[in-house]
Amino acid sequence: MTRSANLSMAFSDEQAMILDSAQAFCRDKSDGDAVRSLLKSETGFNQDVWDEMVALGWTGLSIPEQFGGFAMGIGATVPLVESMGRHMLCTPYISATIAAQAIVRGGSESQQTKWLPAMVQGTIGTLALLDNEDWGATSTSCVLTGKDDQLELKGKKLLVHDASVSDFFLVLAQHDGAEVLVIVESSQLASNAIACKTLVDETKRAANVDFTGVTIQSDAILPSGGAALADLRLIGALLIASEATGSAAGALDTVVDYLTTRKQFDRLIGSYQSLKHPTVEMLIQMDSARTFIYHAATLIGDGELDKDTEIACRMAKAQAADALSFAGDRAVQFHGGMGFTYDCDAMLYIRRAQWTQQQYGDPQHHRKLLAPLLLD
Amino acid sequence: MTTNNPLSEDQQLETAEVKDFRNGVVDWIKHNTPADPGFLLPQTFMEVGSEQVLDFLREWQYKVWSSGYLGMAWPKEYGGGGMPRIFQQIADEEMKRARVPICFNIIGLGWAGPLIIDTGTDFEKETYLKGILTGEDIWCQGFSEPNHGSDLGSIQTRAERDGDEYVINGSKIWTTMGNYAKYMILLARTDSQVERRYNGLSFFLAPMGADGITTSPIQKLTGDYGFTETFFTDARIPASCLMGEEGHGWRIAMQTLQYERGAEAGAAGGVSILATVMDDLLRIAEDVQRDGQPLMKDPVTRDNLVKFLIEEQALYLAEKRVKIPALCADYPNSLALSTKLRGTEFFRRMRQYALTLQGASSALYVGDEDAVEGGFWQRAYMNNFSTTIGGGTSQIQANIIGEHVLGLPKD
Repeated sequence: MTRSANLSMAFSDEQAMILDSAQAFCRDKSDGDAVRSLLKSETGFNQDVWDEMVALGWTGLSIPEQFGGFAMGIGATVPLVESMGRHMLCTPYISATIAAQAIVRGGSESQQTKWLPAMVQGTIGTLALLDNEDWGATSTSCVLTGKDDQLELKGKKLLVHDASVSDFFLVLAQHDGAEVLVIVESSQLASNAIACKTLVDETKRAANVDFTGVTIQSDAILPSGGAALADLRLIGALLIASEATGSAAGALDTVVDYLTTRKQFDRLIGSYQSLKHPTVEMLIQMDSARTFIYHAATLIGDGELDKDTEIACRMAKAQAADALSFAGDRAVQFHGGMGFTYDCDAMLYIRRAQWTQQQYGDPQHHRKLLAPLLLD
Repeated sequence: MTTNNPLSEDQQLETAEVKDFRNGVVDWIKHNTPADPGFLLPQTFMEVGSEQVLDFLREWQYKVWSSGYLGMAWPKEYGGGGMPRIFQQIADEEMKRARVPICFNIIGLGWAGPLIIDTGTDFEKETYLKGILTGEDIWCQGFSEPNHGSDLGSIQTRAERDGDEYVINGSKIWTTMGNYAKYMILLARTDSQVERRYNGLSFFLAPMGADGITTSPIQKLTGDYGFTETFFTDARIPASCLMGEEGHGWRIAMQTLQYERGAEAGAAGGVSILATVMDDLLRIAEDVQRDGQPLMKDPVTRDNLVKFLIEEQALYLAEKRVKIPALCADYPNSLALSTKLRGTEFFRRMRQYALTLQGASSALYVGDEDAVEGGFWQRAYMNNFSTTIGGGTSQIQANIIGEHVLGLPKD
């Protein structure tokens, strides 16, 4: 049989409505020209589109009602993020959603009261986790030292998503021998603290951020931040997987469009089985990823994530990243000479694939962590 | 290792009546599972290659039916149980879980029977259904022909009306249990004039004992038997064997295939889906020692096993997603049309991998005393090709998906 006890999948009418409107919204706001017009832009997103998303309530989907949200849980954001991936619509939505979950799951009441209503209204937060390139690292060299009202951070964080547009950061640090998440507002950073990186995926934005010298008070520490960390990494993996699944479908759309219009040797090239069969493989791999993200969306709740949910999130990330890598790679190849050009949209997907592969852990990382859950 | 099968959420919702029934099945299985016969039993109905195996399976199917665990949802007046489908599903689940022998009369149980129940005349129901359940009347299928296995539109076998009879000429291939069968569901051409080649086909419930029908066993790559080629030389069958109307054969054949693909929809039960195969693979990894420790501790092996488990879980969950229309609106029919391709190719690769876990012993075969599990895996891997080739090869499946789901042009 199979090793997850809970293999359910459900999709509410509300979620179906989100999926419908998200698909329409993303198609409308993010056509090829719109995507390309943002590639070289500073922020990487269109402020008007972000404002509309906020107005639609999407930034509040997973935030509890008492803070102005819709309390639909993180699972409700999956169809939205998938649609964004499908149409390469980039905003700080994923970063902000994970940051909000950090505060929902690990924050004090006063932190929640301060930040969550603001986040519903579009305030952007992001997690600053990595010290180095290793998503599997189990400790951090970033430290928080000093006494209660005079705490000081020391350390740099790598590839912080959407750093330059974030209003605040949740920084992973060591404090008194424990891992903690600390809230740092962007106004607290030194003027040269954010070093934007040149990314393979030009639709994305990330920066190295130096938090050294930032002083905070103890009320900036999330009381249960350390405890929530494992779940936040899984939520991150699920959202990246959701976006990747959408992007894999986008790559597939692009390939199918070319294969049904491009002629060579007097035949539409989609009639050649050497192209047709791997394209079907793209569909199958994307479909499996889609199955996993909606299974994980079904299981994931507001409380601590259980073993089955962990399995679901890890499988989703492993499958979606591989599906997109394959789709992006073949998308370039199947466009022939055109695929080798910057003008061809296959470029967007193969680059997205490289980005996705590593965020919140690559497929091998997740399989390694699945092994004890499934085999021992 | 977590190899115990947890309750599905469907099971958790079971009523007391259903729970009682399940317990009854489990208890029945405990007291009625036959002892090891001393020869390797078939994993599918396509591997019934000797009288010895046939007798064993026939006796088992009769026992399952006479105990009320087969044909449970079929009409009572024709030998069935007249019960809601859920009970058959539970009986099947528990039988699979306990890995009892298969109910081998699959073409009857899963194809001909449901078809006759849904569209047959009272005469057909009266004549055929009970014998299917008891195992007395073995059924075979005559769709594929030599030279065009996956392309039913090219069928050449002719059926010509002559008074109260049809005269059949031609040949069929891959007839499972053709040499043991009493009846065949036969697709033959009654009209070669019509423009669309599918309109000229008709569907028959043909008696295999008719004069002019001969079978020749085919030896499979495993060395076993199980299939025949079937020859029709001026074979005369009663006109009453025609199912439905002349020229409707294609439509009826497609309906029949739906029973196979939908598996549970109308089938009598007893279909072996081998849901426990991953557990078997994990058991090998536990049992086999490498460098003084179980192979299960080896990181490379673990990664490979996890990959298979991810794929297995995706297959399982796809069956859940396919029931949620909102999650299938993109690329409609994608999951339904790819079920066979995904499932059969998974099993093929997984069984091939199982051989690599056996080390030098993977070179041994059925009949060798040292072969791991009697050579089960060697045979299973090779037999698996019956599923990646039969019923439309994986390559044809990929064409179908490419053309019908993605809208790619035909070649």
